[in-house]
Amino acid sequence: MNRQNLKARLDAEFPGLVEMPPEFRGETTLVVGNAGRLPEVLRFLERECAFDYLIDISGVDHMNETPRFELVYELYSYGASQHLRAKARVPEESAEVPSACDIWPTANWHEREIFDMMGIRFAGHPDLRRILMWDGYPHHPLRKDFPLEGLPCETPDGHFTQAAPMDGGPFVTRPAELAHQREPRSKSPL
Amino acid sequence: MGTGEYSYNSKVEGNVVLTQLDSAIAWIRKNSLWPMPMGLACCAIEMMAAACSRFDIARFGAEVMRFSPRQADLLIVSGTVTYKMALAVKRIYDQMPSPKWVIAMGACASTGGMYRSYAVLQGIDRLLPVDVYISGCPPRPEALLDGLMKLQSKIERTASTRGIFRAAPA
Repeated sequence: MNRQNLKARLDAEFPGLVEMPPEFRGETTLVVGNAGRLPEVLRFLERECAFDYLIDISGVDHMNETPRFELVYELYSYGASQHLRAKARVPEESAEVPSACDIWPTANWHEREIFDMMGIRFAGHPDLRRILMWDGYPHHPLRKDFPLEGLPCETPDGHFTQAAPMDGGPFVTRPAELAHQREPRSKSPL
Repeated sequence: MGTGEYSYNSKVEGNVVLTQLDSAIAWIRKNSLWPMPMGLACCAIEMMAAACSRFDIARFGAEVMRFSPRQADLLIVSGTVTYKMALAVKRIYDQMPSPKWVIAMGACASTGGMYRSYAVLQGIDRLLPVDVYISGCPPRPEALLDGLMKLQSKIERTASTRGIFRAAPA
């Protein structure tokens, strides 16, 4: 299915909901205007357009923008050997979107990871628990306002975390003429 | 006291070696360490290599790797200890019978290594008493064997009966 064809079918099914930015490096992206209706669009893509494989779901934190979060669904069609990306912005104050678990069962763990790391909730998820950090951990570590070294915490089950000593880090490499000048160094001017 | 004092006296008949009780106990302990391999990351691969034929940890009497902490007296923490895993490591250590020792193998287990991160415990010594630290990322098997020998010389210097045979206060 080519781009124009796909866009026409989506416009007929969801008038005014889905935008299609210009093709970039052979990749097609859809931007869904309303994250609450994302699963409808995804279900349509799965049922009617044969995107039978959900490769990945990513969460993006656009700090200091509104809406703050963004979800990125990477789809693939085995029959047509085509990739497709669908994006939707999620506002911070109502960071909850409908789950895609009943469309692709593999969405289960992807959504748990996004819930764990970003704090976006998925309505209708069968088992929305943390997947990397333990249950009861109070933070969402991949949010931009979470410090890299972590925050000290203690939970009643005995788990704890401490802030890691950064010692002037994080250490980054900078472009330079000589190899020894490209060694990782502290970001702060010393 | 108890610093590996063994002596053979040719004037005493038979296969008799004179020593002190502490030295004998220390000699027995250091040559029959039963490790509990706490393999958490790539260091565990080097630990497995140390146990295999090329390096052969059996040469130092520590080849009986036990996957039950109740049968082990040496915890080799080899790899990155995340905060999520930390309590499991502590629990395994608590289940080991005394006397027991801990080797922190590699940069991660010793200090958190390159993981200056919210998720990683910055050194297992924040949770357990560590006897020997081994540097390297990961350390080669020879380094683990060297650490084991360091631990053996530490055990050799331990006077384990000192508390038992102390004279009763008058």
